[in-house]
Amino acid sequence: MGSTAIPTGTKWWSGGKSPFNVSYGKVMMWYFLMSDAFTFGAFLISYGTIRFSVNNWADPNHVFNSFPFAGHANLPLAFVSLMTFILIFSSVTMVLAVHEGHQMNKKGVEKFMILTIIGGAAFLGCQAWEWTHLLTGEHVAMLGDGTLSVLPTTVKMNPWGEALTQKEMMNALSKTSHEQLVAIANTLHHGAENAHHAAASLTNQELINQIATSEIHATHTGPIAFGGYFFGITGFHGFHVFSGVIINIVMYIKTKLGHFEQRGHYEMIEKAGLYWHFVDLVWVFVFLCFYLV
Amino acid sequence: MAAQHFENPEITFHPDHSGGTKKIWKIFWVLSALTIIELGLGYFLYAKHGQLGDATVLSTKIVIGILTLAKAYYIVSVFMHLGDEIRNLIMTIIVPLVLFVWFIIAFLADGNSWKNLRNTRGKSRTYQTEEVSKEAVESHK
Repeated sequence: MGSTAIPTGTKWWSGGKSPFNVSYGKVMMWYFLMSDAFTFGAFLISYGTIRFSVNNWADPNHVFNSFPFAGHANLPLAFVSLMTFILIFSSVTMVLAVHEGHQMNKKGVEKFMILTIIGGAAFLGCQAWEWTHLLTGEHVAMLGDGTLSVLPTTVKMNPWGEALTQKEMMNALSKTSHEQLVAIANTLHHGAENAHHAAASLTNQELINQIATSEIHATHTGPIAFGGYFFGITGFHGFHVFSGVIINIVMYIKTKLGHFEQRGHYEMIEKAGLYWHFVDLVWVFVFLCFYLV
Repeated sequence: MAAQHFENPEITFHPDHSGGTKKIWKIFWVLSALTIIELGLGYFLYAKHGQLGDATVLSTKIVIGILTLAKAYYIVSVFMHLGDEIRNLIMTIIVPLVLFVWFIIAFLADGNSWKNLRNTRGKSRTYQTEEVSKEAVESHK
């Protein structure tokens, strides 16, 4: 807190001064962020309510266990840790940009804004990979009618229920159509074109034998609300990251053009920084609610 | 601080910005350490899945939640410099957020009671819309 003496009897609320000793723009940024915190809070609490209300919510360690270029290796928590550290690091570079702004060091602001923008873009890239991985995933799950299907994770489909027992699995296989059995058999050997043709020509019993002896993880379906909440909340957060990157690019260009130097202060960098740190702050809670617990 | 010249008459006095970047890096390491502890606890829950009592799982999750709040405190207080602002501003931001305490208790308790109703009375409270429908799967192909 400031150590400067304030004359006694200063009329803080009579206009012309900021009773909070910050500019109007910064106060309004704070109030915008507070309202945004309520929006995110409402989403997350709604998610928590629905999650608490069902018995079979998806286990995040099963849903989020992949890593780019790692194939089918089971790596829970790994990719999301990378995303978290990217965002923490870009928060640090942002606060360093603000610091350089206080020192009126134009080159320093430019350098750290670039690093922050790269961090934001890297995070968005990670999120794009994760969404693609879920939306195009192939998981064998048993529908309500007792047949098996190959499902991705979308706002309408959630294959992440409890594992089927061997008995449930055999029962479900006997009810499943030829078309679906072929689709399931095809998930066993990815990319092998010949195998695809081969599967279609097998009889149901041959397919069932092939599937039953494989190491396939068939599950019950889970509550469909999972996809809506996951894509809704991480999407809303990702949109904040995206707009934050755009704002940071604008700030970088304005720094480069010398606008803030002419103005005599880098307060706009501070305001963009508040928004950027807020994005990191929200991620801390999204990380907690969707991935950790 | 002398380097910066605010033209803004709203500002009565300037916070001291002459400090170095030491504190920023210190907070970076604190945030990293807290995250690593959280990940460790998360991995503990994963590795011991099914072997832990409900109370252990719940208390581990509560500890992770508290560590998250600590991270939030450091981000807001240091990175967003709210800790350097005057008390009145801090209060207008923090006090409304206290509503979340009640929101969380009320809504999660509501969800939990909903689950209890589902699991009793012959599971009469299940709704078809909460499961993946055959139509959704068919239309996806």
